[in-house]
Amino acid sequence: MSSTVLITIISLSLLAFISAVILYLVAQKFKVFEDPRIDEVQAALPAANCGGCGFAGCRNMAEALVNADSFEGLNCPVGGAAVMEEAARLLGKVAPAVDPTVAVLLCNGTPESRPHTSNYNGASDCRIVHSLYSGDTDCSYGCLGNGDCERACTFDALHMDIATGLPVIKDEKCVSCGACVKACPRNLIELRKKAKKDRKIYVACSNCDKGGPARRACKVACIACNKCQKVCAFNAITIENNLAYIDASKCTFCRKCVEECPTNAIIELNFPPRKPKVEAQVEVAN
Amino acid sequence: MLKTFPIGGVHPPENKITADIPIEYLPVPESVIIPVSQHIGSPANPVVNKGDSIKAGQLIAAGKGFVSANIHSSVSGKINKIDIAPDSYGFKQTSIFIDVEGDEWVETINRSKEIENDIKLSPEEIVKRCFESGIVGLGGATFPSHVKLTVPSGKKCEVLIINGVECEPFLTSDHRLMLEKGEEMIIGVSILMKALNVEKALIGIENNKPDAISHIRKIASACKGISVHALKVKYPQGAEKQLIKALTGREVPSGRLPLDVGAVVHNVGTSFAVYEAVQKNKPLFERVVTITGKHLSKPGNYMVRTGTSLAKLIEAAGGLPEDTGKIINGGPMMGKAVGNTNIPVVKGMSGVVIVPAGESQRVEIKPCIRCAKCVSVCPIRLEPYLLMSVSEKGLFERAEKERITDCMECGSCSFTCPAGRPLLDYIRLGKTNVIKMARQRNLK
Repeated sequence: MSSTVLITIISLSLLAFISAVILYLVAQKFKVFEDPRIDEVQAALPAANCGGCGFAGCRNMAEALVNADSFEGLNCPVGGAAVMEEAARLLGKVAPAVDPTVAVLLCNGTPESRPHTSNYNGASDCRIVHSLYSGDTDCSYGCLGNGDCERACTFDALHMDIATGLPVIKDEKCVSCGACVKACPRNLIELRKKAKKDRKIYVACSNCDKGGPARRACKVACIACNKCQKVCAFNAITIENNLAYIDASKCTFCRKCVEECPTNAIIELNFPPRKPKVEAQVEVAN
Repeated sequence: MLKTFPIGGVHPPENKITADIPIEYLPVPESVIIPVSQHIGSPANPVVNKGDSIKAGQLIAAGKGFVSANIHSSVSGKINKIDIAPDSYGFKQTSIFIDVEGDEWVETINRSKEIENDIKLSPEEIVKRCFESGIVGLGGATFPSHVKLTVPSGKKCEVLIINGVECEPFLTSDHRLMLEKGEEMIIGVSILMKALNVEKALIGIENNKPDAISHIRKIASACKGISVHALKVKYPQGAEKQLIKALTGREVPSGRLPLDVGAVVHNVGTSFAVYEAVQKNKPLFERVVTITGKHLSKPGNYMVRTGTSLAKLIEAAGGLPEDTGKIINGGPMMGKAVGNTNIPVVKGMSGVVIVPAGESQRVEIKPCIRCAKCVSVCPIRLEPYLLMSVSEKGLFERAEKERITDCMECGSCSFTCPAGRPLLDYIRLGKTNVIKMARQRNLK
């Protein structure tokens, strides 16, 4: 009885030993050297695997960071400066300062300002509507409202507003990964430089038609009247293809263009309420 | 046993309301908008200027390159402007706006009603005349006809096939044309035979048009080489490749042209247009358009000048019914709904269907139940459910491998799907992207 147990233990131990030796030799033979720093850097990254950096996932980004000579052109928009500095510290490199950005919608065509001229009745997919016809309003540049961007957002930062038919972006949740930018078939979402207190001034329109047709299609369309360009003291506004564009790096948030815009196509967000104008005060005094 | 294509196909309700209504000439409108791109290929180049006085039949935009077509004025009057105007789908097209004054035609057009039997032109001259007259395929695809009549060296055309199938429900423009302009059409077929240098022409007509079959058969019996074939009613028999298979038993391989199996297909409307161009020297500037719908007070078949506003045509048909849900440019199977009635009638518009609100809404989209009905009705043996899901996910390389570009968008899959899946919507999306992808690859 006891000899059976003994034989079993010895033979199994022998088998285990032989297997261990084989496994060791195989492991030595097929060893792949992997920089241990990749794991460290990957641990520092946010593990969102969103693709916002341009790579397939955080692992690929970590590999790229380790192999790169400098961090120029590499940025994790989700983690921002903190994560990039941590990665730089681990690798003994310098992280260049990258301005954080946030997604903004370059269309403000609500049903009131941009009435529907037809009703789309088909698959709820902006790509299909975009390739099928000019859209259910007269504006062939504006938001189609079928929510491709909402489906693309993995950070719960973008939701369709049923009342306006436009997506609403939550600044605090948006990590500017750019998934919605890629999803929009009409290129209506832009990643704009973040300013202090999340202040924003931008032209919320993408209509490249001339003033007349643009205005007929939508009350808040940019009609390329040049007024904003003239009033801007900082050369931040350019007009191309019948459309004004405000360069976020030059804009000083003076808000003069917002007042000047005759169609209210320029939007200001997160500013304190304006002081009443002087003329208005005089009237009150009278 | 009637001939038909062997695989797939559906049987939508026919609803040929206007089959017995003779073709009526729509009065010349006060103004027309003529787009310079009414065909497949590069848009034509305007050759007139603002303020020019023109006559009906005068060249106003010249075809650019080989795959393109000339555009002629459909009315006499003054050029108001050359500007951008939305087409049926709201996309912007360069168009020529003309204010109508009288109805004066170019002198070279023979306006007599007599039928010209003698074909005087040589094959080369016929092809040239087709190009000059802006003849395009009037079945709906609007492919320039002179391209199809030019057989490249190394290939040989053995048989000419004339498409009188009209398998789309509701539409009757080809049916009426065959009944009323049968003699002219058959001469047109002889002209096409001469141009292609073929001995044999087969005219395919679906069996739901017995009057057209017997009428055309009677006329064709006098002509050598032309035979008329009754076909079993099945959609999409009017598709080029399906018709070739039904009539000749030859199958056009994937990605190849009908000429690769020795066939060339032309529509009956095109044959009539060729007759007018070659024998009467009349360019293509009017066509038969069926305007129909269950609740329309005066549906009918109208001979319409190109550029006439769709609103004018609807007016002639008794105006839009109260309960209109959709206005479809083309038949209900392949046509697309239009967003606006202020669009011009173009060469490719064979019919307009006004669908009542109760019937126009699409059903709720439910999950795929894997019944494979879409696979069994696809006339080209594709797998629509698969093409839809790969297109939806943006896997266009996979879609290309699954031969999405072979899809001719007949819509049989969407028609038959019990779950109401928007199969064709996504296949079209995938197709557009695959074609775009292939074009970029070719550029590299």
